Amino acid sequence: MQKALTLYDTTIGKKALMAVTGVVLFGFVIAHMVGNLQVFLGPEQLNGYAKKLHDLGPLLWIARGILLASVVAHVVVAVQLVSRSVAARPVGYRQKKNTATSYAARTMRVSGPLLALFIIFHLAHFTVPGVPMGNYEHNARDVYANVVQAFSIPWVSGVYIAAQLLLGFHLYHGAWSLFQSLGLSHPRYDDKKRMAAQTLAMVVMFGNIAMPVAVLAGIVK
Amino acid sequence: MSKPMRITLNVWRQTGPKDPGQFERHELTDVDEHMSFLEMLDVLNEKLLGEGKDPIAFDHDCREGICGMCGIVINGRPHGPREATTTCQLHMRTFSDGDEITIEPWRANAFPVVKDLVVDRTSFDRVVQAGGYVSVRAGSPGDANEIPIPKKDADAAMDAAQCIGCGACVAACPNASAALFVGAKVSHLGLLPQGQAERFDRVRKMVAQMDLEGFGHCTNHFECMAACPKEISVDFIARMNRDMLSAMVKEKDTVPGRKPR
Repeated sequence: MQKALTLYDTTIGKKALMAVTGVVLFGFVIAHMVGNLQVFLGPEQLNGYAKKLHDLGPLLWIARGILLASVVAHVVVAVQLVSRSVAARPVGYRQKKNTATSYAARTMRVSGPLLALFIIFHLAHFTVPGVPMGNYEHNARDVYANVVQAFSIPWVSGVYIAAQLLLGFHLYHGAWSLFQSLGLSHPRYDDKKRMAAQTLAMVVMFGNIAMPVAVLAGIVK
Repeated sequence: MSKPMRITLNVWRQTGPKDPGQFERHELTDVDEHMSFLEMLDVLNEKLLGEGKDPIAFDHDCREGICGMCGIVINGRPHGPREATTTCQLHMRTFSDGDEITIEPWRANAFPVVKDLVVDRTSFDRVVQAGGYVSVRAGSPGDANEIPIPKKDADAAMDAAQCIGCGACVAACPNASAALFVGAKVSHLGLLPQGQAERFDRVRKMVAQMDLEGFGHCTNHFECMAACPKEISVDFIARMNRDMLSAMVKEKDTVPGRKPR
């Protein structure tokens, strides 16, 4: 007879947790992108938006708390599941042909850790003093100038663009596969789900890439 | 009579569970294209026996594609290159003269190698024993159609029940997950009226056993569905997930005689 299990005890529960935290993080990247795209509307708009966010005070900290908790849960469960998967096949195949999987699905466990590293870099880059990596003064009040100066450095922009490509693939697999993990799959919507996930992932990816590219191209200065 | 084929085989040989194992190369010069894959192995084994060598151990039983015993990873694909085909139903005409074929056992921690290409799949049996049943009065059989079942449910249950438990899904899965097998077994009974009483208890018990056996988790690659000789749909995995999550949300502990914790 089986012991009563909590969700967290089972692989299915853990995958559900991955899905739910993934939704939170997906929601965040969309909001983050929409917020940042205001860089195209000029310094007043972007800096005004930044100030509005800062003026939220405790609300902002609640949001940050939820995001941090989601990231931690997403990462911890991912590590548990991946080590489980590695242990599940101690001796590998000499020859293994994949026929159904996608590039995005196969690289989740690579894109995940790389994105985690990028998030650390990204947070440090725009918040920790002394990290801006360039000949400019980081000014917490002038987000617009920070963005323009940071992205004028080609290698920094390169890192951001590369990370967005990874994010695109990660979001694509995550977004459509979370429905399956949560048991929300239905043959009638399955094709549309793939399309929708692809579209959303591309919107986020290209939306974010547009910013460093625009700065490098001199459109935003 | 067709022209005999020349086939080179790289076969996994392992004397027992403890042996690390290695690949062994064999040449066959007189393979008939109408032979099944297993008959080709039979011919090779006759040859090995004649030479006083140990024949290659492989699982098989009905050789009609319905028992679920056979199963070899052939050139990187469980049950070989043909879709919806078990190893025994794969014929040598699928290959070409002069082909080199690599054959390996299912690779999973929950399927330890017994010998050569034979793996121990009793982990599947234990998953079924954990909840793949309905508790009914075992008297005389009821009348056919005594319990009305919508056609679409009967069809879906039958689609799930097609699973022969061969383990190709686990072999194909990058995570060695048994999600498709367990999903099929959970859904097959869970779709029918007779299976409703134990539906949520069943999914909890079977999933718990699946995890206990050391299978990986499902990351939605859908390699299982591509490898499945019975073309079981991954929709049954979603259904299992749905049942499992609702079982978790709805009920504390439905095992009789137990206090909810």
